Amino acid sequence: MSNKPDENLPTREVILSVNRVVKHFDISGGLLDQLKFKNGKLMRQRTTVKAVNDVTLSINKGETLSVVGESGCGKSTLARVVMGLYPPNSGEIYYRSHRIDRLSHEKMLPFRKKMQMIFQDPYASLNPRKTVQQTLEEPLRFHNPAMDTASVEHKIAEVMEQVGVNPAWRGRYPHEFSGGQRQRISIARALVLDPEFIVADEPVSALDVSIQAQILNLLMDAGRDRGLTYLFITHDLSVVQHISTRVAVMYLGTLCEVARADEMFIRARHPYTRALLSAIPKIGETRAKHIKLKGEVPTPVNLPTGCVFHGRCVYADARCSAEVPKLTALDSGSFVACHAVEEGREIK
Amino acid sequence: MKNHMTRFRESYFFYSFKRDKVAMASFFILLIFLLMSASAPLISPYDPYDSHNIDIMNSEMPPSWYDEGSPEFLLGTDNMGRDLLSTMIYGLRISVLIGIGAVLLQAFIGILVGLTAGYVGGKVDAVLMRVADIQFSFPYLMVAIFISAIFQILFGIGSYEKMAVPLLIVIIGLAEWPVYARTIRASVMGEKNKEYVEAARVIGLSRPVIMIRHVLPNTLTSVMVISTIQVANAVMSEAALSFLGLGMPVTMPSLGSLIKSGFEYIFSGSWWITIFPGLFLILFVLVINLLGDWLRDVLNPKLYKG
Amino acid sequence: MSHLLEVEKLEVKFALRSGDLIAINDVSFTLDQGERMGIVGESGAGKSVTGFAIINLISKPGLISGGRIIFNGREISSLPDSEMRKIRGNRISMIFQDPMMTLNPVFTIGTQMLETLYAHRDISRRDAEKIVLEKLRKVHIPSPEKRLSQYPHEFSGGMRQRIIIATSLLTNPAIIIADEPTTALDVTIQAEIMDLLQELCDSEKMGLILITHDLGVVSQVTEKMAVMYAGKIIESGKTSQIVSRPVHPYTMGLIKSLPGVLKPGEKLYQIPGMMPNLTEIPPGCAFNPRCEIKEDICSREEPPLVQKESGVLAACHLKN
Repeated sequence: MSNKPDENLPTREVILSVNRVVKHFDISGGLLDQLKFKNGKLMRQRTTVKAVNDVTLSINKGETLSVVGESGCGKSTLARVVMGLYPPNSGEIYYRSHRIDRLSHEKMLPFRKKMQMIFQDPYASLNPRKTVQQTLEEPLRFHNPAMDTASVEHKIAEVMEQVGVNPAWRGRYPHEFSGGQRQRISIARALVLDPEFIVADEPVSALDVSIQAQILNLLMDAGRDRGLTYLFITHDLSVVQHISTRVAVMYLGTLCEVARADEMFIRARHPYTRALLSAIPKIGETRAKHIKLKGEVPTPVNLPTGCVFHGRCVYADARCSAEVPKLTALDSGSFVACHAVEEGREIK
Repeated sequence: MKNHMTRFRESYFFYSFKRDKVAMASFFILLIFLLMSASAPLISPYDPYDSHNIDIMNSEMPPSWYDEGSPEFLLGTDNMGRDLLSTMIYGLRISVLIGIGAVLLQAFIGILVGLTAGYVGGKVDAVLMRVADIQFSFPYLMVAIFISAIFQILFGIGSYEKMAVPLLIVIIGLAEWPVYARTIRASVMGEKNKEYVEAARVIGLSRPVIMIRHVLPNTLTSVMVISTIQVANAVMSEAALSFLGLGMPVTMPSLGSLIKSGFEYIFSGSWWITIFPGLFLILFVLVINLLGDWLRDVLNPKLYKG
Repeated sequence: MSHLLEVEKLEVKFALRSGDLIAINDVSFTLDQGERMGIVGESGAGKSVTGFAIINLISKPGLISGGRIIFNGREISSLPDSEMRKIRGNRISMIFQDPMMTLNPVFTIGTQMLETLYAHRDISRRDAEKIVLEKLRKVHIPSPEKRLSQYPHEFSGGMRQRIIIATSLLTNPAIIIADEPTTALDVTIQAEIMDLLQELCDSEKMGLILITHDLGVVSQVTEKMAVMYAGKIIESGKTSQIVSRPVHPYTMGLIKSLPGVLKPGEKLYQIPGMMPNLTEIPPGCAFNPRCEIKEDICSREEPPLVQKESGVLAACHLKN
């Protein structure tokens, strides 16, 4: 565990840690789909998407850790593995000091109450046949069977108030609300159980610009008022810069760089992070030359050998295509998985 | 609930219903049919099951507007001397009963299987769907012949008459449940990857609860659409079985068995015994199908979201 | 001097069961040869409708109910469809957000590109292939000869969008309308596609209308821009001017609300409420219920789009 990304930070209470997690999906279908002719022989071939490969990460209490990366990099899968929606193929997940990735449904319930999730699509994340009241009531009653109706009502009104949806609208159905309001209701559902840890999977990506700011403010306020810890999944780097304490950059299922947000936006080290940051269209700036990456993103079905980024990296050499780089601490406190950075080959 | 009433009146559903003349007409005709079958003992002039009302001397009387007809029997009488109109209304009652009963059974089995197969997936799904395929590859007529033959041998023809209605419900119900299973499975597979289902799992709800409380209500639109078509199909199946002599006995005729019993007399000139129940049946099935088509268009999520 | 494209007081109406819905109203702008213009707005503001209206692709129950569109000195908004087809996809091309929607999955890209070309030009197969290859090279597709016989699914999202752009270039259009061309793509690919569009506008002297919600992209790619709100242009002018000194409170709010403008962790500026539905636009200025500096007049009178001190046009009653 020498490469645990938070080692250099002052000792803090770790709320969630992910240790060497691997998640692969078998997409080869039924037996008949798997059979393929190869060199004149009938072979059974399985196709697996290697969504998350050996990811180690920990999240401290009260911080917002953002996981960024482009589509298909495995960030949403990581979020769902953390939430126990997908069981990992290998590796461990700890909530505080309890291992939670192998718990039975019943044993998991106390943790479910503390860990909640906010989803990307405000149109799909609310059950269209349930009123706001029903949506918010369900988790409350499920986890607190002894709670009386008056307190349930009170709690629902309180949470709706907090997320900025008029409690008088509790009898309405999702289709009567706009995208932004639905996202507020979705946040209310996560907050109603008073969790300590929230995974937010692209919570503002589907929203209009002026609504994005409202939702981000709401999340930041709720985080501050309730002392929440966030695992924030997004592809939007300006959002990341604004809200994160630390940032983890993912590429093809692997972590490239984990660093404090301020540090990363000033001195990104991994060549991929640099390319990513240079591509953000910033308002008011004349178009700075962004770093062009060669080639295309490989598919997570056939991962490249060695460093997954080597095919597109200008600093890549023989070592990069043979050996998988490990996340290594730098003097700045950042963690970078890159042979070139380690050897000082990359130009600063 | 005034709120619900106004909401319904302002809904797209009600709006398109009002605009579609065919759907409106079909709905009202269907409503009349259903009311007739529900209140058969109150509205029909005679009780065709009561042997005191039946006089063999009245058999094969033509409709009342013919010279040989009698004003007592509006649409004439059948070969056993029963008032045709009354027998048709009672026959409709039996057809509706079997149709709805069979569809309820189909829906129950089909929803259970489809929901489980779609939500659990994997091997369970494969096994259940193969069972459905096998069930579908049996012609229901063969199954019906088989079951009713066994029944009649085991319990005798006498008890068959008493048990005919539930037996037909079971035969037709068992024959067509895969229709439901497939539709439900397809829509469950579409729904189960939506984020609201993941949200329910994050809350910690168990699979059966998520299936019944979250996924099932969102598949009910397709259930509604196929149910209308399936009722029509079941009524037709029952008529076909009765026509072949495998359905309702002549003492307790459904529309199908009436058509059949009249069919033997059609060449001797007594056309009304077959034609009137036949028209009755066609109209009944037609309005259900028209209504089903309209429903499918309205509820099609591709055409309207809400 | 006449412009390449002149849109004058354009109005598009949708005849719905609940009554007429005015999707865009009084939209006017011009575009010159080689000029890049951005149309910015939130969903439902009418920016896509504007794009469709220019090439007369408003489908029923919608119709262009007012205004003029003058392209190369010719009024095109009322042309019959047979005439319009000679312009649409030929002189004015349009590209969309999702390349998979535009490409037919069952044909190779070579077939599809040739077909597009044959539809507008009467040329031999050999010449046509030459043009196709030339355009594919222009959008930097490596080894285009091999790529011609491949199907859309064999390309990545970014490559597909390049093919769409190459297809739209086949007929050497004077204008390309790009409706959210990079929204479905990742940032690194978005940057490349935007580079490409910019480069093509310069080398081919092509006009570009970039329809997007992304102020960052617009500010980097375009020379002038129009901000739409509830079916109207509420501010338009030079991009650099608007971005650095917006006049309309809505534009100001949009820019201020972007994360990355303030210090990390600070509360973002938020415009209260949301854009009204087109069926319930408030009287006066459509933005007045959300405006923080509104005065009495704002809820009574609709502000005209007029020149302000900084040189941009804005529809706001207030001086600054």
